[in-house]
Amino acid sequence: MSSVIFLVDHSAGKISKAAGELATYAKSIGESVAVIFADNAEQIASQLNAFSVDKVITVAGEWDKYGAPAIAEGLAQIVAAKNPAAVLITSTATGKEIAARVSVITGSGIITDAVSVDKELITTQSVFGGSTTVHSTVTKGVPVITLRANSIEAIPATSAPVIESFAATISDAAKLAPISSATPVVKGGRPDLTEASIVVSGGRGTNGDFKPVEALADALGAAVGASRAATDAGWYPHSNQVGQTGKTVSPQLYVAAGISGAIQHRAGMQTSKTIVAINKDPEAPILEIADFAVVGDLFNVLPQATAQIIARKG
Amino acid sequence: MAGGVLDRAGVDAVLNDLDEYAVEEALRIVEANSPTKEAGEASGHSITLISMGPERATEAIRKALSMGADDAILVSDPALAGSDALATSLVLAAVIKKGNYDLVLCGTESTDARMSVIPAMISQRLGWAQLTFAGKVAVNPATTTVEIERVTEFGNQVMSAKFPALLSVIEKINEPRYPSFKGIMAAKKKLITTMSLSDPGLSPSEVGTSAAWSAVKDALPRPPRGAGVKLTDEGHGGEKLVEFLVEKRLA
Repeated sequence: MSSVIFLVDHSAGKISKAAGELATYAKSIGESVAVIFADNAEQIASQLNAFSVDKVITVAGEWDKYGAPAIAEGLAQIVAAKNPAAVLITSTATGKEIAARVSVITGSGIITDAVSVDKELITTQSVFGGSTTVHSTVTKGVPVITLRANSIEAIPATSAPVIESFAATISDAAKLAPISSATPVVKGGRPDLTEASIVVSGGRGTNGDFKPVEALADALGAAVGASRAATDAGWYPHSNQVGQTGKTVSPQLYVAAGISGAIQHRAGMQTSKTIVAINKDPEAPILEIADFAVVGDLFNVLPQATAQIIARKG
Repeated sequence: MAGGVLDRAGVDAVLNDLDEYAVEEALRIVEANSPTKEAGEASGHSITLISMGPERATEAIRKALSMGADDAILVSDPALAGSDALATSLVLAAVIKKGNYDLVLCGTESTDARMSVIPAMISQRLGWAQLTFAGKVAVNPATTTVEIERVTEFGNQVMSAKFPALLSVIEKINEPRYPSFKGIMAAKKKLITTMSLSDPGLSPSEVGTSAAWSAVKDALPRPPRGAGVKLTDEGHGGEKLVEFLVEKRLA
């Protein structure tokens, strides 16, 4: 059976949620082979036992110092040694840079920001703000595919993968821009907007009061998003903006509260699995794409829903 | 010191928004290092705009020139049509190699194709330092070093490298200037060199649709999302909403 290599994202010794998603994709195609670039790789590897992983390849080195160029060289060497059917990487800024470099080094085609990949290695991408679905295949080399976080639900499993260490040789060219200091994002209590499986967003209808939006988000363990109208008004940080000029999210559940649903906003969220909308205006376009829509005042509906969820949790 | 700015936004002949940030940052680097002179003017520093696209891309290039860049190179060749990121980076890297640049700045993502992988590919092809997603840039011509603060969704990193280096800048890095009347007039006289593929030593078989490294099987409009349940809140809207979430196993 052919093997599929996937790159495990991790920080502070913990694997990212997306690592389990990549394991699920890899296993659906062939033998799933995780690659971990880290010195404390055993501790990271053990977290993969909760997913279907057949093999783990660990690579020690100065990855925190040299970043994407160095990791790409290491990964390309593994690709050359193992000749996998495909390489899967999560679509983050750094992930896409690693993918780009691996594709140049190995002479392989690349597909970025896919929302799925099937057994035949046909990828699905959602382009032009989610209005068009594109199916593609890589036609040269070992397909290098980056997948958006949250595009699949990771299937839990119990596995005891074989662990193998790999010695990578990193060239001087990959060490030209060392990282001298790093400041991780100060994480609030809420998950990252693009990684969250649930996003609750507020718009013009909040009138600047995001408390009910945040309360529902916290009850659901969700990230908080905002429409452009809300961020432009200064009601919520621009970093939380969902839409064409903000972030694109694709969570399992998207709750739009007081958001009319202009095309600009829909472009950033319409690939969400389930959409719930609350809006006073029965004509609001967001209601037309919602799986469940409540025509009403968010200041009544959200607190009631929040209380109900908290009560259910007991 | 010479800098090149990449603009791949030939498609609509509108200077790509994100590349305006790169042009602005290049101007600021030059201005910061020639305090008594106006941008580029006999300061010993120059800014070249490099673009790939059809002839009509010259309109976008004029805009960048009117902001203050010194001259421009446009790679225009019918064989380029349908070039993917790998082919585009091949062409741009070949053009950069022909010049004698210390720094190359790009936008992080062109708005026409959300690939955002081109800067990394160019850096890999040239073997240059990669300083991407810069939210802050500091250049020291005396020591020929450049330091950036890299800003990504996972935090910030400070990294530095010797020239030559390839940078990409994020949208928040600056507020691009509007061209002045003087700038617009001056831009009309600035040189735009048009190159064909053979100028940087490439052949048509290496680029365009025929050389594509991936193939689109189909592109379909997304089926419209059918509207689901719609109800009017009569006092129990929130509870009904939770019932729906529970039924869908989302709460």
